[in-house]
Amino acid sequence: MELLINLLINGLATGMLIFLLAAGLTLIFGLMDVLNFAHGGLFAWGAFSGVWFYGVTNSFTLAILGAILTGVILGFITEKLIITPVYGNHVQQILITLGFMIVLSEMLKVVFGPNQLAAKTPPLLSGSWEIGDVIIIKYRLFIIIIGFIVFGVFQFILKRTKIGLVVRAGVMNKEMVQALGINIKQVFLYVFMAGAGLAALSGVLMAPYSGVIYAEMGMEFAILAFIVVVIGGMGSFPGSLLAAILVGLAGSFMAYYVPALSLAVNMMLMAIVLIFRPQGLFTAKG
Amino acid sequence: MSILLKVENVHTHIGQYHILQGVSFEAKAGEVSVLLGRNGAGKTTSLKTIMGLTPATSGQITFDDKSIVKNPTYQIAKDGIGYVPEDQGIFGALTVEENIKVAIRKEDEVSLARQEYVLELFPDLKKYWKKDGGHLSGGQKQMLSMARAFVNESKLLLIDEPSKGLAPVVIEKVMEAINEMKKQTTIILVEQNFMMASKIGDTYTLIDDGETVQSGLMKELIENEELKRKYLGIG
Repeated sequence: MELLINLLINGLATGMLIFLLAAGLTLIFGLMDVLNFAHGGLFAWGAFSGVWFYGVTNSFTLAILGAILTGVILGFITEKLIITPVYGNHVQQILITLGFMIVLSEMLKVVFGPNQLAAKTPPLLSGSWEIGDVIIIKYRLFIIIIGFIVFGVFQFILKRTKIGLVVRAGVMNKEMVQALGINIKQVFLYVFMAGAGLAALSGVLMAPYSGVIYAEMGMEFAILAFIVVVIGGMGSFPGSLLAAILVGLAGSFMAYYVPALSLAVNMMLMAIVLIFRPQGLFTAKG
Repeated sequence: MSILLKVENVHTHIGQYHILQGVSFEAKAGEVSVLLGRNGAGKTTSLKTIMGLTPATSGQITFDDKSIVKNPTYQIAKDGIGYVPEDQGIFGALTVEENIKVAIRKEDEVSLARQEYVLELFPDLKKYWKKDGGHLSGGQKQMLSMARAFVNESKLLLIDEPSKGLAPVVIEKVMEAINEMKKQTTIILVEQNFMMASKIGDTYTLIDDGETVQSGLMKELIENEELKRKYLGIG
């Protein structure tokens, strides 16, 4: 039982990190129909800038805020310079965002140096609680809580505010949203910036979780995020949460019980879901 | 009556296809102008071109004495043109309430009063207020689409094939609603059902192969058997 609880917490924490990365991606994918492979680069920039802010300010809160701000600014630049010219063309989107992903990774090496960086867990979140034989690592619980808070905040925005309503309508029918007098391009920009901010948040939270950060980490996690978006259903926020938790838990349990399959389990999960529900677990399109 | 919208020699390309090859007509304030023609003549594209959804490649479109031909769709809508597309454009996963709310550009007492008025016009929508748009019947979707376009004080409404796929009893309801809306706004209507078009329309424009072939008063067209036979296949 203790083992199960530990694996559950590990899986949930990993799932939440993937969810934060995938949440931005699903909105960008669902609303804007943009395949953004540079998303992983924004995640890596979040990790590096967060570690830098933490080193300078010694405050993890400021590190998180600094990383989100970095992500939002980079999101603005990416949307304006890279995405705007290729709206509506998936092939061009894949090529240009993959290229920009490499540029973002290489820029990290220019700014922060070519080597891996160590990332410390803030003292308040270091250590663990022992309840009987169950060991709860504080930082992992923190990630889970942050993940649920972000989910709650974004669900509130999507379900209860006018901008959320516009985003949900835009996922279903962009043309009609424009015909109602809404500047969808501006909404695209806001969504892209929010998605980039979430990617950066995921990056800064990932840094102490993994202990080391490196410039190429973006691509590795972006692939996981794409898998989550496909499993969850493109454009669906709750779908991404459920899929990310499934991927996190499957990885955690497989790594313990069938280590040889731990890397393949995500692909297997995606294949199973696609066979029975090609549109993903949830769908945002009406 | 003053001219609210003027379309002059408009050409529109969609991909490699030259769809509109010289469409011209005007809509006078307070009137219902009907665009008539066979399937594929270019009526729907004409409405989409006015809305900027399939932008004109040449020609001029003037609305309220200002050129709108280069404006983006959202600006054209903000300038006061409401649009009811052929497929109704309902957001299926949003409730009726949300479909209306997303259309309201400024929430104030005026818009609230307007919303009340629209719900009086389409009482079914009040009944299904919390129901998803995707679960409504064809007629209810049409009413929701018209209500959504009418909830802001649009000077001009573009309505594309409102009777398409509807039962006769529902068409009657839609006609009643359009007649009511006509009292408050100018309407350009695309309609295949000539019986309906002739009852509602004040003027007509015949479009054939992407070109305007004739415009005039509806009562003149009703009596012109040759035009109806040649361009509408009636008679």
